[in-house]
Amino acid sequence: MKIVMEGNHAVSYGAKAAEVDVIAAYPITPQTQIVELLSEMCASGELNAKFIKVESEHSAMAAAVGASAAGARAFTATSSQGLLLMHEMLHWAVGARLPIVMANVNRSVGPPWNVWTDQNDTLSQRDVGWLQVYCESNQEVFDTVLHSFWVSEKLSLPTMLILDAFYLSHTSEIVDVMEAEEARKFLPPFEPKQFLNPADPLSFGNLTAPDAYYELRYEIDQDLRRGIDLMKQADKEFEKLYGRSYGIIEEYRTDGAEILLFTSGTITGTSRVVIDEWRDRGKKVGLVKMRLFRPFPVDDVRRICRSAKKIAVIDRNIGFSIGGIWAQEIRAALYGSGYYRPVFGYIAGIGGRDVTPDTVNEILEHVEHLEKPDQDVYWIGVKHEPVHSTR
Amino acid sequence: MSQCILPDDELMSPGHLGCQGCGAGNAMRFALKGLGPKTVIVMPACCWSVIDGPFPHSAIGVPVFHTAFETAGSTASGIKAGLVMRGDSETEVVAWAGDGGTFDIGLQALSGAAERNEDFIYVCYDNEAYMNTGIQRSGATPLGAWTTTTPTKFPKENPKKNILDILVAHRIPYATTTSIAYPEDMIAKFQKARSIRGTRFVHIFAPCPTGWKTAPELTIELARLATETLMFPLLEVFDGERYVVSKPRRIRPVAEYVKVQGRFRHLTDVDIERMQKEADRNWRRLLAKEQVSAAEAAN
Repeated sequence: MKIVMEGNHAVSYGAKAAEVDVIAAYPITPQTQIVELLSEMCASGELNAKFIKVESEHSAMAAAVGASAAGARAFTATSSQGLLLMHEMLHWAVGARLPIVMANVNRSVGPPWNVWTDQNDTLSQRDVGWLQVYCESNQEVFDTVLHSFWVSEKLSLPTMLILDAFYLSHTSEIVDVMEAEEARKFLPPFEPKQFLNPADPLSFGNLTAPDAYYELRYEIDQDLRRGIDLMKQADKEFEKLYGRSYGIIEEYRTDGAEILLFTSGTITGTSRVVIDEWRDRGKKVGLVKMRLFRPFPVDDVRRICRSAKKIAVIDRNIGFSIGGIWAQEIRAALYGSGYYRPVFGYIAGIGGRDVTPDTVNEILEHVEHLEKPDQDVYWIGVKHEPVHSTR
Repeated sequence: MSQCILPDDELMSPGHLGCQGCGAGNAMRFALKGLGPKTVIVMPACCWSVIDGPFPHSAIGVPVFHTAFETAGSTASGIKAGLVMRGDSETEVVAWAGDGGTFDIGLQALSGAAERNEDFIYVCYDNEAYMNTGIQRSGATPLGAWTTTTPTKFPKENPKKNILDILVAHRIPYATTTSIAYPEDMIAKFQKARSIRGTRFVHIFAPCPTGWKTAPELTIELARLATETLMFPLLEVFDGERYVVSKPRRIRPVAEYVKVQGRFRHLTDVDIERMQKEADRNWRRLLAKEQVSAAEAAN
């Protein structure tokens, strides 16, 4: 059934289709509509789930951890400061091997206060061991909720699906939603391998010495790596049933491209238009949309970059003093590939500043005229006049 | 004082990692006698994170979920919801936290859960400091006590936080204090707690010989003295309104409790007199609350 809805509601409908058992959430702009709609669904009985209205995001993740440990399908959603407050429990969900799914609406981090989009909230959680999937459209958001549970429950690891503040969260698009019955063909009910059960009194998370802790971390690393193939498989199975596919990376007009532009999130949509224009002018440029950030698909990135001459990466985030985070990851992936490709790192759109076709044009023109980067990072559109108010 | 027939079943095994004379060990043993096997324990960071034993061992015969320091209330909320959604409404979820995890770092999650009246039992076994990390003061440390962060030249200058009052203010169905010196009282209160729905709070007095600088064999005696000197009265509060206070058969002077403990060795008679006044004042207020609640119930 096709409904016009904003990205936040696409998350709620996704959670409903996934028949989540327990939702624990705390309000934060711009994520709030996700849990508002879910609480309505729970109240009306449309969704048979317990909604725990916790007193903080830290407690939201702790409650999701508890629910998942009890063997229930657990879901939450947050943004920005909320995600940062959860940080400790993000690690807990991974160490406890719990397949929680969370939607995060990418929002800037304070101070100063700013509710608009950038990726520093989620990307600064890159080493906690969660899968991270970045979405471009509301349909993709809906579908990714289902992909996430499918993969997480196979790996016993949690997944974060990520959408841009406002550009997706509050933007209405047509979404083809399915009911739980239809979704069950893809996502069967959750059957936990181990859970809190008095008939089988296991102890979870006991004090563990170096002789065993090390292997537990090794297993997480190995299993998270399996997430690359499982995400591909989820996408294929989903396509067979419902005809929609995204891959873990999308290559758009990359045939014969000498310059590849890497994007994530809604900047991708803008970039598609610009790439079309450049292609129409006979320029050999292509677009690579990164969907899966963790586990990082090193082999796929290497394969894709091999045929190109130059790589440009747009980062709506900043790793202070070292550059954009996607660019760092792509550079790291290419190191050891056996070939060299210059990676141009561009910062744009932080704090929700608009990334327009002009921005993307500026980046492509820049990369076109340089053989290799002469700076490790380029900040696009910095206003060099003072931004402070002059009283 | 509540009474019961002591259950024979032992859900706690020997071989745990508690210190000699650890009061928290007795607390768990008696609690499990009252709770029975259909129980899930949620354990934030506390002495019991260690006492329970290292992987792959556990000293208790019920499932345990270890969780982060400040999350006993929130993790327990989630576990209860998860069990209910899986069709198990019978299993009792018990958050088992120390005084640091309750009075201090875990207070927010506990308050949130109590305000929502989440259906679980929250236990605070109180040894009056961060003992597991090596005896640092907590909000439960009494006035005048030595700890490694309140040295004898500058002992604790604030009185113990009244955690029971805080919980009572949430108007939860059941809030009670009990002590390892009175196993029957403790077991009966856990049995009672199990029969009530909603958030139930059980505050257990559990001396720590290591942190209090007392002889291990004095643990039970100290717990009894704490109640008899009115330093730790036993009471029950129902629905945040009705108080039932246990009156000790005889009341002893606070000095008898204080003078046998190394953590109070530096105190002068003037200091002890101040503690006595504080204990008397708290007792009077408690009796007054009981009277008021009885009068309200009669009306």
